[in-house]
Amino acid sequence: MQRDVIMAGFGGQGILLIGKMLAYAGMHAGKEVSWLPSYGPEMRGGTCNCTVVISDQPVGSPVIRSPRAVLAMNLPSLEKFEPNLRPGGLLLINTSLISRGSSRDDLNVVEVPANQIATELGNPRAANMVALGAYLGATDVVDLERVIEVIRETFAGKPALVDLNIEALRRGHQLGAAHKVAEA
Amino acid sequence: MTKKLMKGSEAIGEAAVQSGCKLFFGYPITPQNEIPEYMSMRLPQVGGTFVQAESEVAASNMIYGAAGSGERVMTSSSSPGISLMAEGISYLAGSELPVVIVNIVRAGPGLGGILPSQGDYFQATKGLGHGDFRVLVLAPWSVQEAADLVQDAFDLADYYRNPVMVLGDGLIGQMMEPVEFRSDRTPIKELPPKTWAATGCDGSRPTNIINSLFLDPEELERHNHKLKAKYDRMVADEIRVATYGAEGDFDVLIVAYGTVARVCSTAIDELREEGLRVALLRPITLFPFPYEAVREAAVQARAVLVVELSSGQMIEDVQLALARSRPVHFLNRMGGMLVSPDEVVAKAKAILDGRSAEVFHG
Amino acid sequence: MAETVFARPQALADVTTHYCPGCTHGVIHRLVAEVIDELGVRERTVGIAPVGCSVLAYNYFATDFHEAAHGRAPAVATGVKRARPDLIVFSYQGDGDLASIGMAEIIHCANRGEKVTVVFVNNAIYGMTGGQMAPTTLPGQVATTCQLGRDVATAGHPIRVAELISTLRTPAFVARASVHNPLVAVHAKEMLRRAFRYQVEGVCFSLVEILSTCPTNWGIPPAESTSWLEKNMLPYYPVGIFKTPESGSREPRPLPA
Repeated sequence: MQRDVIMAGFGGQGILLIGKMLAYAGMHAGKEVSWLPSYGPEMRGGTCNCTVVISDQPVGSPVIRSPRAVLAMNLPSLEKFEPNLRPGGLLLINTSLISRGSSRDDLNVVEVPANQIATELGNPRAANMVALGAYLGATDVVDLERVIEVIRETFAGKPALVDLNIEALRRGHQLGAAHKVAEA
Repeated sequence: MTKKLMKGSEAIGEAAVQSGCKLFFGYPITPQNEIPEYMSMRLPQVGGTFVQAESEVAASNMIYGAAGSGERVMTSSSSPGISLMAEGISYLAGSELPVVIVNIVRAGPGLGGILPSQGDYFQATKGLGHGDFRVLVLAPWSVQEAADLVQDAFDLADYYRNPVMVLGDGLIGQMMEPVEFRSDRTPIKELPPKTWAATGCDGSRPTNIINSLFLDPEELERHNHKLKAKYDRMVADEIRVATYGAEGDFDVLIVAYGTVARVCSTAIDELREEGLRVALLRPITLFPFPYEAVREAAVQARAVLVVELSSGQMIEDVQLALARSRPVHFLNRMGGMLVSPDEVVAKAKAILDGRSAEVFHG
Repeated sequence: MAETVFARPQALADVTTHYCPGCTHGVIHRLVAEVIDELGVRERTVGIAPVGCSVLAYNYFATDFHEAAHGRAPAVATGVKRARPDLIVFSYQGDGDLASIGMAEIIHCANRGEKVTVVFVNNAIYGMTGGQMAPTTLPGQVATTCQLGRDVATAGHPIRVAELISTLRTPAFVARASVHNPLVAVHAKEMLRRAFRYQVEGVCFSLVEILSTCPTNWGIPPAESTSWLEKNMLPYYPVGIFKTPESGSREPRPLPA
């Protein structure tokens, strides 16, 4: 079975990082994975996205035109990727920065106030972890514990951030788990 | 050794280091900057040297000097930079020096764009510089295969005393996938000592001269024959292909290389789910090109579909292989646009339904 | 028993060169070979030949050699020296090779401070291709591509390579010499000796520009070419040392307050 997700937002929101962490966790779980970033002249501050594929089989195309899931951290990302989602796919919307809902009626939508939750936890920069948690909660692609291990590895040099990020991940996970989507 | 999640560019760099590459000369160009960046960090850790050259022209001549000294050396660039390296590559081929050159192809012509393309197929396989020479061209479809082929490339370069090019694209360079480096890897060829290297002469042998200049036409022709014999040995011994979904019968044979073949493999899965019999043949060596393998595989198929990120380059070799024995169809994107599995599925269905027209390139 | 007081240097191959009568490449080859012998480094010396009249230099020295593409000898030298820092690496280049097509390579090789030695032969003209204008061709000097004489309004002024290289801040030994008579040739050899010694001691990049004659393409008899050089080239290309690693560099002066 293959799972794939396009994660998208502003440069600086930590989109590529959570995509990599998901890929790492998938690899640690014994799955085949690929992580593919958008790359372009906008090195900083522009929009950025990455595609993560997690599969039981060797990954075929690492480029996904019609993804099973989209994580939109800002409005331009929602507008760019929502139309391509497969029918029945999972759409995670960061409602802290996006004021509109989905414009389609054939999607499973999870609204995640990612920045708001992260701010409540004391650091708005952890919004990406909240969003990643919500994706994990809704899909069960990888065990939460696997990702927590990756957080410990990733932030080994910054121990102060470990607990914050784990907490943000858990809060997002709870939110996502309330909207399970089997096929995304 | 355990698997590590690595960017293709980093895996290529690490594979070179694992192969005993001690020197890297390069010049920045997108989308391959992670290779020189990785080497600038990694080579000093293993007693090697990284030099940022003043241009690709200079870089290609620096690798000439280092290779002529008998050391394992690599450079990398992307399409416009490879054009500038054409000078050095021709001299390397003429002087029979082993180097590994990585081209992370971007869309052209000219400055073009920085997104993936396969527009350098002709350049790599048929015209990498002036004069009458060939380089081995290896085309990986995954990060793991890129790492494996870079390691093989060093062995092949040393064995044949010839440049070897690893031809990837921006996807290979930027993508992260799990990679494993085998600690028990042994060279794929028996490698003789480099007694020809210019490393100083104490008089116990004639001086070693690294050179491609032969002013006497008879002497140069002998040299040309020697090179040709070498290229013939490559053709005889080094062709590599892979297939996907070709175990049973099939009606359409797709021929594609590199990351495009990955896309096609996904399309083939989808087509098979619908009961449509389509298979993939993937050249891993672009020179030498697997003419025989294409011809043999196509015998089973009613039609052949070539998928490329170019206006049609490899398709000419496929047509040469088939000699009009099978209809050839073509699907392509250019400019940095990618072929999607959906497009491949649709094209294969059109061929099966008789809605796709045969093409002839050349 | 007779003592040998003059013999072919070991580093010079026992062959006849193809150089024209009156050309000073042969003298410069010999001086380089003598210096290599005297420093006792012949067995670990690797030369880099250019494209130009000295393209066949690899046949004239009894050391290992690389033949480089036109202008790229400093890049090839960089590759050799970085691969094998224990080798003594010298490039031997003419003015078209070094100062025209290879200007980027020489500047950056010097600027990186590659521990190699460059022997730069300046005869103010393209020799092998038949007397075309070089970057070092003097104002008013006739060449096949400036048959009315070099016009500085369109071709610019001749490039003084030694002076140019010496402006770089990276420590280096940069000198200019000439070999048009035995007396100045002694000085030229001393400059070469210093240049190679700096490399042997691992100190710095070194470049010796050596003024040379080209009777064939200047279109004057060999005997007159030495005086032509003295009269026309020496005033524009003064001999001497332009930079030593000890002399440091001319630091920029702050703007007056």
